[in-house]
Amino acid sequence: MSTVESEATTQNGHVGRSLRRKEDPRLITGQGIYVDDIQLPGMLHAAIVRSPEAHATITSIDVSAALARDDVRAVMTGEDLAEDLEAPLAMLWAPPGTEIKAPEHWPIARGKVGYVGQALAIVIGDDRYGVVDAAEEVIVELEPLPVVVDVEKALEDEIVVHEEIGTNKAFEWSLPGGDVDAGFEEADVVVERRIVNHRISGSPIEPRGTVADYRAGELTLWTSTQIPHIVRLVLSMQTGMPEDKIRIVTPEVGGGFGAKLQQYHEETTLAVCAKKLGRPIKWVETRSEHMTTSHHGRDQVDYVKIGAKRDGTITAIHSKIIQDLGAYHMLLTPLIPALGSFVMSGCYKIPNVRTDIVGVFTNKMSTDAIRGAGRPEATHMIETIVDALAVELGMDPLELRRKNFIPKEDFPAEIPIGIVYDSGDYEGSLDKLLGMIDLDGFRSEQAELRERGIYRGVGFSTYVEICGLAPSRAVGPSGLGIQGGFWESAIVRVHPSGSATVYTGASPHGQGHETGFAQIVADRIGIDPQQVDIVHGDTGAGPMGMGTYGSRSLAVGGVSAAQAAEKVADKARRIVAHQLEAAPEDIELAEGSFRVKGSPDQGMTLAEVAGAAYVPENLPDGMEPGLEETNFYDPENFVWPFGAHACFVEVDVETGKVQVYRYVAVDDCGPAINPMMIEGQVHGGIAHSIGQALYEQVVYDDDGQLATGNFVTYALPTANEIPEFETDRTETPSPTNELGVKGVGEAGTIAATPAIVGAVVDALRPLGIDFLNMPLTPMRVWQSIQEAQERGEGPRATEQGRDLPAEARDSAGSGPTIPPGQEPGPAHGGGAA
Amino acid sequence: MIPAPFEYVAVDSLDEAIRELSEGGEDVKLLAGGHSLVPLMKERLAAPARLVDIRRVPGLHGIERENGTFRIGAMTPHRKLEFSPELGLVSEAAGTIADPQVRHRGTIGGSIAHADPASDLPAVLLAAEATITVQGPGGQREIAIADVAVDYLETSLADDEVLTEIRLPALEGYGFGYEKFNRRAEDWAMVAACALVKVSDGTCEDVRVGLTHMAGVPLRASAVEGALRGQTLDRETIAAAAEQAAEGTDPPGDLNATPEYKSHLARVLTRRALETAAGLTT
Repeated sequence: MSTVESEATTQNGHVGRSLRRKEDPRLITGQGIYVDDIQLPGMLHAAIVRSPEAHATITSIDVSAALARDDVRAVMTGEDLAEDLEAPLAMLWAPPGTEIKAPEHWPIARGKVGYVGQALAIVIGDDRYGVVDAAEEVIVELEPLPVVVDVEKALEDEIVVHEEIGTNKAFEWSLPGGDVDAGFEEADVVVERRIVNHRISGSPIEPRGTVADYRAGELTLWTSTQIPHIVRLVLSMQTGMPEDKIRIVTPEVGGGFGAKLQQYHEETTLAVCAKKLGRPIKWVETRSEHMTTSHHGRDQVDYVKIGAKRDGTITAIHSKIIQDLGAYHMLLTPLIPALGSFVMSGCYKIPNVRTDIVGVFTNKMSTDAIRGAGRPEATHMIETIVDALAVELGMDPLELRRKNFIPKEDFPAEIPIGIVYDSGDYEGSLDKLLGMIDLDGFRSEQAELRERGIYRGVGFSTYVEICGLAPSRAVGPSGLGIQGGFWESAIVRVHPSGSATVYTGASPHGQGHETGFAQIVADRIGIDPQQVDIVHGDTGAGPMGMGTYGSRSLAVGGVSAAQAAEKVADKARRIVAHQLEAAPEDIELAEGSFRVKGSPDQGMTLAEVAGAAYVPENLPDGMEPGLEETNFYDPENFVWPFGAHACFVEVDVETGKVQVYRYVAVDDCGPAINPMMIEGQVHGGIAHSIGQALYEQVVYDDDGQLATGNFVTYALPTANEIPEFETDRTETPSPTNELGVKGVGEAGTIAATPAIVGAVVDALRPLGIDFLNMPLTPMRVWQSIQEAQERGEGPRATEQGRDLPAEARDSAGSGPTIPPGQEPGPAHGGGAA
Repeated sequence: MIPAPFEYVAVDSLDEAIRELSEGGEDVKLLAGGHSLVPLMKERLAAPARLVDIRRVPGLHGIERENGTFRIGAMTPHRKLEFSPELGLVSEAAGTIADPQVRHRGTIGGSIAHADPASDLPAVLLAAEATITVQGPGGQREIAIADVAVDYLETSLADDEVLTEIRLPALEGYGFGYEKFNRRAEDWAMVAACALVKVSDGTCEDVRVGLTHMAGVPLRASAVEGALRGQTLDRETIAAAAEQAAEGTDPPGDLNATPEYKSHLARVLTRRALETAAGLTT
């Protein structure tokens, strides 16, 4: 393991402290400005006419009634905008070395629709209410086509989503390491499972929204996104507007969770229409639109198979991922399962690993990055199958894990697929976790309670993530094939009076960059974090940047800010050395002063240095005036956060209801910049995993109609359903960057689902349950118990996941449990008369 | 929220409200707490032309006891019921409705008039054998609660009648239990069961069981009641009787519950509610 010492923790002391978030006072007092708060003179409003059919040919669109309204200024269809667009919506990754089939995906549909909610027209008018009324007056005639929603049915190609392509199979891609066939030959025991990782929605509290303003030849687009600079680039390619004439601004962004890691059709359409009409236009997504047409995540059917020796040594893991893409590729749609394949062997030393991915079109909304993106699926697979293997071997599941952990001394550890885990101490985090939970005590309590008909269980997850996206050479055009670089940028600008502004290319949407980055920079230039402002999310202010996703902001953007700050500090040292007639290497930063080592009273504050830099009467020869530095940082490797989680549940076996009553997490994201913010990130991630494991599911019926279009039917958990979390950390620095940091935004969402499901299985094992697919709704749990009882004493581990009874293996995708139309009215809305 | 266009008027008297309803016909809707109607309007599943807000109408708020009966104003919010423990079962059930914000705004009258079979209060009032008072152009009439809900979101109230008051028997000497099953604490009931039990000399003198969301209207589990009346209430007797809880029901299935599962829940919840009502819980 590397011995990189975080310089930050030893300097000036702001890093490592739980500073209160600088952004919170304005956010919690209602002073934040979100897209929907933006009002411009003469601004129009837009509503989107959306397809009520999942698959259909467009026969006609009659806009005359809508256009005849006094309050409507324009109605545009896909054909109307054909002249204004130079390229369809973008897909930024294609699997290298293989062909990918990609249908043309225009912002507004042309000729046909492939999913419910696909845009058919935009209505632009004087007010928000009027345009929604007018949208109802657009008469669309659609000729329905057969619909396919089940991903495995779609693979049969009986119904094809894109006739011009002729198959639903968009691509196949494999990531092999070692020789899995040989690995399984060697194995004494092989366990297989069919895991359905169901479809979920990002569901940030602020839905998406866009305001487009085109004047004097320049477009300004306010949009609620995680990637303003990428939106600008892609928008420029689509509209032909020069990149320098487009400014993208993200004001406050109320959460993203991947749903805003996208370039959406409304952004393109509004940009083009604002130019055509010469008026600013606003569109704000409703919650139902978010559920329908903001991209979803997951929706995989995974066949995973693991082989091991009798003593527990794992010899091979193979997974086949069938990824439901939805009807179209969006920005990173095909990449998501590939991201999972990098951590398919988890934190285990497995010599033979292979992931085979097949991407399949269905008549549903696109999937793309949501809440962990690919890695939660992989973690769920490996942790679930390791638990199953332990049962098959008759081993303690934690002992099996320990036996196969990549040992601490192996790091940096190259794994068979050819990438290098930077640092890790998997035993360390598991030991710390076990120190917090009294497992023996729980086991005896569990046995005692079972006698009284109370079923409790514990589940574990020991996980590793791939974060800090990304070393450009590894993932760029000549590497993994993403059409871009994944560095990050920062400018540190010290003002003449000694305060500073940092411009970052990262684009926070709740994470707390304004606090964490300020701590990092403040320590390096000798001022208080309150004197450091962070500017982000404006392509008109600061350098090109790649945005915020994949737990990358700190490990890439934070490092860039640190390096820019170091450059400023270097210049400051040279100025001070010059003025005090000392050598630059003898100037140290301590107690807010750049001072001569050994002579603490001889020094200058940053304000004094800035004064000298901006009134350049006495600078070293050849030095430029000013005190401002730019940095672009491209990491050499990913970073690999890890940890160990334990979930405790109680199951009401009469009703099937699961309650998480305790959740304990030990996460390692390297040295903490702000421990409180880490805790907040971990809490949110675990809450999302509890959501996926127990409550949330996007459901389409067999006709491709969305059955979960609001928060009544899409059961996002609330504070009532979430336990208090017990969290702790270990700190294993990453050798990849000088801060040693690894990122933590997705830790909870990547780690937690197998721990939750494992806990329920542990609780119900005496009833013959050895496997459950998410979400563990009360009815699914109850039905699984009934089925286990009916087949008598349940088998300890089935050889083949697909032999499980239908209900135990089926998840969403195949439609709701009752025919459409029988669900209760939408009145059932967490409300009452 | 972007509803279809509508007019809004806040009236100051019951007469005014009734006049609005008589003149406007079925396009006019009364607005009480707004926690069922407004979400429907938001989804554009309801599009009344005119809303008549009755929050300023005097005499529709509050709880008064008159001999053996509580008179509860139709505009009394759930929160008030929740913090009126003398209402027993009604108070307990009101405390489970959605969340505190909804309970502050939503009203007992609105809940009855909206007639959602997943609402908590209608089945509770059915078990309690409450009556309601309604006023229309022709005057006032009383309706037994059992005759109010006729189908999903449909009542026997005429379009021009206003529900003004609920009369709830005090039910002294009754034990009660309420068991609501939902996925999230603030969800509507997937199924709920309430029980009222009066025991004298060791035997069950009276028992009522109400079921929520087991049909398009609230139901009484009369087979269960019949099996327990006159019996000694022990766990075995209750468990055997509760097995009949789903008899005569027609539970609507949804994404999270098949009719079969709901029937199972009705049996479990009925047993639990009866055990609580009979003081048998540990």
